[in-house]
Amino acid sequence: MAESTLTPDTTALQMLLGDEAVAFAAIDAGIAAAYAYPGTPSTEITECLLAEAERSGAFHANWCANEKTAMEAALGVSMVGGRAIVSMKHVGLNVAADPFMNAALTGLRGGVVVAVADDPGMHSSQNEQDSRVYAEFARTLCLEPGDQQEAYAMTREAFELSERFQVPVVVRLVTRLCHGRAPVLREPPRAKNPIDGAPDPRSWILLPANARRLWRGLLDRQPALADYSEHCGFNTLVLRGDDGGLGIITTGAGRNHYLENLPDLERAPSHLHIGAYPLPKAMIRRLCAHVERLLILEEGYPVVERALRGVLQSPLPIFGKEGGPGECVLPLDGELTPGTVRKALGLPPRPTVDPKQAGALPTRPPQLCEGCPHRDAYAAISELREELHDVVVAGDIGCYTLGALPPYRGIDSCVCMGASIGMAKGAADAGHQRVLAVIGDSTFLHSGVTPLMDAVSADTNMTLLILDNQTVAMTGTQPTVLSDARLGPVITGLGVPPEHCHVVHAHPKHRHEFAELVKREVAHQGLSVIVVQRECIVAARRHKEERRQQAHGEEANR
Amino acid sequence: MKTDIVLAGVGGQGVLSMAAIIAAAALREGLQVKQGEVHGMSQRGGAVQAGLRLGDAPIHSDVVPEGGAQLILSLEPVEALRYLAWLAPDGVVMTAAEPFENIPDYPPLEDIHARIRALNGGHLIEAARLAKQAGSPRATNIVMVGAAAPYLPIDAAHLEAEIRERFRSKGADVVEHCLRAFALGREAGACIEA
Ligand code: SF4
Repeated sequence: MAESTLTPDTTALQMLLGDEAVAFAAIDAGIAAAYAYPGTPSTEITECLLAEAERSGAFHANWCANEKTAMEAALGVSMVGGRAIVSMKHVGLNVAADPFMNAALTGLRGGVVVAVADDPGMHSSQNEQDSRVYAEFARTLCLEPGDQQEAYAMTREAFELSERFQVPVVVRLVTRLCHGRAPVLREPPRAKNPIDGAPDPRSWILLPANARRLWRGLLDRQPALADYSEHCGFNTLVLRGDDGGLGIITTGAGRNHYLENLPDLERAPSHLHIGAYPLPKAMIRRLCAHVERLLILEEGYPVVERALRGVLQSPLPIFGKEGGPGECVLPLDGELTPGTVRKALGLPPRPTVDPKQAGALPTRPPQLCEGCPHRDAYAAISELREELHDVVVAGDIGCYTLGALPPYRGIDSCVCMGASIGMAKGAADAGHQRVLAVIGDSTFLHSGVTPLMDAVSADTNMTLLILDNQTVAMTGTQPTVLSDARLGPVITGLGVPPEHCHVVHAHPKHRHEFAELVKREVAHQGLSVIVVQRECIVAARRHKEERRQQAHGEEANR
Repeated sequence: MKTDIVLAGVGGQGVLSMAAIIAAAALREGLQVKQGEVHGMSQRGGAVQAGLRLGDAPIHSDVVPEGGAQLILSLEPVEALRYLAWLAPDGVVMTAAEPFENIPDYPPLEDIHARIRALNGGHLIEAARLAKQAGSPRATNIVMVGAAAPYLPIDAAHLEAEIRERFRSKGADVVEHCLRAFALGREAGACIEA
């Protein structure tokens, strides 16, 4: 074969983020396309894919309006034979749940891999949901890497499995893995699937008659899925004669913390590591027959633990995150750490410098950047709230959620992407007089357009502020799917009355005028929309630097 | 051999590039490396912490274990004190002396400095001053990489090579300033050790 610049160097280790390992695996697996909506900690998967797509031109990649549209685009790729990866944070899978669940019924052709990044410990999220539960819900396979090299290997394997079993395969990641760097070795790439546009409609039209047959087919494939899990190399069982009666089950990154502490244990326990689901039941039974008690170390929900405890009396004591007195040795919330696992293993804590020596320290929560356009919007909201005490402000997800903190205390709620608009409508419907919704441009395009349609159809008595900073700032200034110039027509096109639709520039100079405008529109008995525009200063700086480098490059080329 | 480091600072101060330089130099040294990064919400001016684990045998956990760190390397004195529970009893705290005051209840600086000096291995480096002296006020984090150098299992030449590599695209001047910042930091760190 001729040398190609696209051939990865399979002999060189690269320091990759877990996210980047997933991205390179998808490339080496021969994807036709990659789709995503930015969300910490999954964002760098698609950032890496976009950069590589631009460099090589070998596949298509783009940011989507939301995770649902991303998942549907991936299904389209599969329908005509290509492979696709969809990446999202854990709560993104809620948005994509409809196509995801149904994808398991279709007759997938090209492999579809759903890389989902969970955020135990809630570093940058509103909940700790565990995507392994979704995989089981959809009756599909889930692979859970424990390190960056495994993230690469499992993502490659996931494409094969998706095609073999005709199901979307979940690769479940967690924050520390996504954002941890370690050396990764790539393997020789595989050729892309041919694109042949010949799907069998009976496998893709989920009318009840087809869906019943396809559902039956999926159920009939379950033993094969279980069989894979039982025999694949990602699940490993080591039984020891001198384990002192202790068996350990680890999943994903739980293994790392276990191995970290293993040298300090007097006897090495018998150990089952689970990296592939459905649960390898026979392996679990073999471990349980061999030991007298069981400790389960899994990141996230007690998924394995619940399956094992069941309802009836377990034949051996199980230690983990739930259970009776003395059995809960790990917290149900937050991340596993080397320290919590150490304690669960019955080891004394490592000595440390006494943290009390630090004395009392102030907390330092994240805050809006100096010069951030949102500061101008929130200054006005604060002014309004001081004057009229009964203004309810439904907030949303993005940098501007930080307006919840002092000095602004500008919002009363933040639940999920787009919720501000629907919640404001509900509050207005219930009879509250002064209701604001505050949402960013990208979040509006993600999940705000449909609830605004509801508000338009009822001419709801609420005022919507769209804080248009012209980027997806929170996740690292990715471009929004529609430019700010195209945002206005979307809003008026939905039928918002033009006389109550305003576009203003956010600036400290205009704060007072802006507050007056908001006041007027809040007084209006009906729907108003105010778009407050100014580019995020971090994005602006980045664009300036890019222009500088471009000019520099052009000069050098001259 | 195993060296765990907790890198601390405030979002935007350059904690990540500090981690990246040391990690890459450790690879040049032939060490195994695990590097934790911080992305997302906490980057917006909040307290930021990143773990760096170096060793000559496989490293397991992605995070530094409590009591495992030999070094806390901080770009801000209050932040240096936040992670003492991760520091081994004989560990070193090396921090920039200058405060980053973006909170209303920042304690009196002399008080914070006194708490750091009271630690067994607590050291203050006038990193901002040294960075300015080197000709690049933004290179405080490079000064701190230099200050940490005597405590790292990495040849200083590898750290220098990495700094050169990272800043090459910004021009020869920037590289020159950064190398000077590194050297000044290294001197300051070495003085303490002796
Ligand atoms: S990143 Fe941009 S939008 Fe976010 S706080 Fe900073 S300036 Fe504001």
